[in-house]
Amino acid sequence: MASDVSLYTPPGAPLLLRGGRVIDPSAGRDGPGEVLLRDGRIVEVGASLGSPDGVTVLDVTGLVVCPGLIDLHVHLREPGQEHKETIASGARAAAAGGFTAICAMPNTDPPVDDPAAVGYVRAAGLRAAAARVYPCGAVSVGQAGERLTEIGEMIDAGAVAITDDGRPVLTAGLMRLALEYAHTFGIPVASHCEDLTLSRGGVMNEGVVSTRLGLTGIPNAAEDVCIARDLLLAELTGARLHIQHVSTRAGVAMIRAARERGVDVTAEATPHHFTLTDDAVEAYRTDAKVNPPLRTTADRAAVIAGVADGTLDVIATDHAPHHYDEKERAFDDAPFGLVGLETALGLAISELVDSGVIDLSTLVHRMSTAPARAFNLPGGSLAADAPADVTVFDPGARWTVDPAKFRSKSRNTPFTGRELRGRAIYTIVNGRIVHDGAGVTP
Amino acid sequence: MSSSPMFLGKDLVGLENLSADQIRAILDTAEPFKEISERAIKKVPVLRGKTIVNLFFEASTRTRISFEFAEKRLSADTVNIASTGSSVQKGETLVDTARNLEAMRIDMVVIRHGSSGSAQFLADRIPSNVINAGDGRHEHPTQGLLDILTIRDHRGSVEGLKVCVVGDVLHSRVARSNIWGLTKLGAEVGVCAPRTLLPRDIGEMGVQTFTRVEEAIEWADVLNVLRLQLERMQSGFIPSLREYNRFFGVTRERLDRAGRDILILHPGPMNRGVEIDSDVADGPQSVILHQVTNGVAVRMAVLYLLAGGVPERAEAAKHGE
Repeated sequence: MASDVSLYTPPGAPLLLRGGRVIDPSAGRDGPGEVLLRDGRIVEVGASLGSPDGVTVLDVTGLVVCPGLIDLHVHLREPGQEHKETIASGARAAAAGGFTAICAMPNTDPPVDDPAAVGYVRAAGLRAAAARVYPCGAVSVGQAGERLTEIGEMIDAGAVAITDDGRPVLTAGLMRLALEYAHTFGIPVASHCEDLTLSRGGVMNEGVVSTRLGLTGIPNAAEDVCIARDLLLAELTGARLHIQHVSTRAGVAMIRAARERGVDVTAEATPHHFTLTDDAVEAYRTDAKVNPPLRTTADRAAVIAGVADGTLDVIATDHAPHHYDEKERAFDDAPFGLVGLETALGLAISELVDSGVIDLSTLVHRMSTAPARAFNLPGGSLAADAPADVTVFDPGARWTVDPAKFRSKSRNTPFTGRELRGRAIYTIVNGRIVHDGAGVTP
Repeated sequence: MSSSPMFLGKDLVGLENLSADQIRAILDTAEPFKEISERAIKKVPVLRGKTIVNLFFEASTRTRISFEFAEKRLSADTVNIASTGSSVQKGETLVDTARNLEAMRIDMVVIRHGSSGSAQFLADRIPSNVINAGDGRHEHPTQGLLDILTIRDHRGSVEGLKVCVVGDVLHSRVARSNIWGLTKLGAEVGVCAPRTLLPRDIGEMGVQTFTRVEEAIEWADVLNVLRLQLERMQSGFIPSLREYNRFFGVTRERLDRAGRDILILHPGPMNRGVEIDSDVADGPQSVILHQVTNGVAVRMAVLYLLAGGVPERAEAAKHGE
């Protein structure tokens, strides 16, 4: 499947990345080195690879060279809501943020719940010729929570995981069947954990801030109850479960305990959940309205600790674009979600690496190696013959978030004006540079 | 006391962001305005030439009429817009409605809206003065002010008084405005409700929490009894109105047991026999109709101050000076 990208993004000329710090968690490598790419593949990584004929040398002195970043959780809004984002604009935003691959959630209009829709997303992703786009299929037909989709057919058409994201899988019975059936085909079920009878019309975290603002709260328990359910079902079935956007301290603790007893579970932390708390909602800021909601200081600390110890082994953005006038409403009436592709790397470095929570190698693991493994994707490694998907980033670059410069069609971020450190300089897909940020002021 | 023409700032969105001095000044300003409503000819030229829009996205009788009387008795030109039958019902967004009104060059908007934060939203986007007449479950500042004015009329001061808000605190903007206003003026505030109708962490707003109405009555000098919306039963917060009255109703018997002269307020409209019994609502401790009278005076004071009036000139302004 990886070679399909050549249709629209033919492999670039042989490329030698020279002068950088090469980080490849899959090989335990972190040090100076050179990386040679040819015909869309990694040829080799070494201390000094000379100057082979016909090879373009790219000077990456002072920069980090790592396997391409992979985001398992993005909403591309196409088909149906192209005013917010398209597959092409989302793939370009991803490339600008340093991602070489993204996984598209199926909650479009209509939802991606059959092989034709999966094929459409895949084809549009190829045409975008930016980051690779991997479709995820819905768990249930119409995401209605009633009967399973044709999961095998969707996998044949290119789906890499199934999920009803945007909503939970409504009943435990259906979730059990989804886990067992998906396990038959070796793909994970990604779960948006929310008990809708507990979130019950809530628009932000339930706590003192929601009480003061007079907004309906979503208690931690709405998420925790569902995480507990899904972990027990993964244990029952032996299937692979991926828990999306974990926001609660009890959620982190339950996942940690489940993994210790052998449950096959991976889990996401989002940059907004490890950076912000429900204080960000003060003054009814709709750009901080997101589901699951921004929680308390204790929850944020637990999410950070989960990233540090690997309980939350994947950093994913839950990139959720909305048109500006959809967020320009009273808080209750604004949609949930914020864009994340173009701020994720900077937030992860600023909040997690600069503060000493994790080192850069762990960061690359959480944003590349672990996500590749979680969804069985090519990449996540600089091993010989791996796809030539490489991210080159400057971990020290200071920049200020200016949504007007986003490649995404949407601007809904709570991080406007925030100073960050770390940004992508080159994003290389299939050996071709799809984002060149050298000399560009972001 | 400040004599700035922007004494309250541009808007009145809530009591949370007012100082104790500002709240006292509004109450003091309301005093001279009370008398206007007692005259044969109830009109003074304070807001002559000002255009005010009453923008009501939720049904309201009492608050809308009270604002309208206040505006008309101050000689403002008023327009009422209710959501039903207006462009709002046709899908126009709040921001577009506001911008269209603004384009017609209005001076003030009084807004009632079902979403918390909507008054602030509007205030941030238009240059007109915005008065919050109730936003979701957030605040209803003029109701809080008139409650405090009424308590002050009967008890001289609210400082040191124990005021308990009884009822559906979870869904109540009146409760939040009472909590902010009363605590800023030095009262102790309690809330009393079944736990399903108490918001999370309400204690962190500096209030005492009661779950037995007898204990609340035992503690309080003043009870502000909230209306129990009938839909709360349908959505499962309480099992039945009958049971609610049995365990949380403010009844004659419960008041008599306390044996003290407890002042009874209710923001209306009342469900007699649910949150309050008729012999309490109509009894000697009830000041419920006095609240309604004070509502007009408080709203006059707010309109006057937001239009640039200063508290110490209110009496003179009344006479067109």
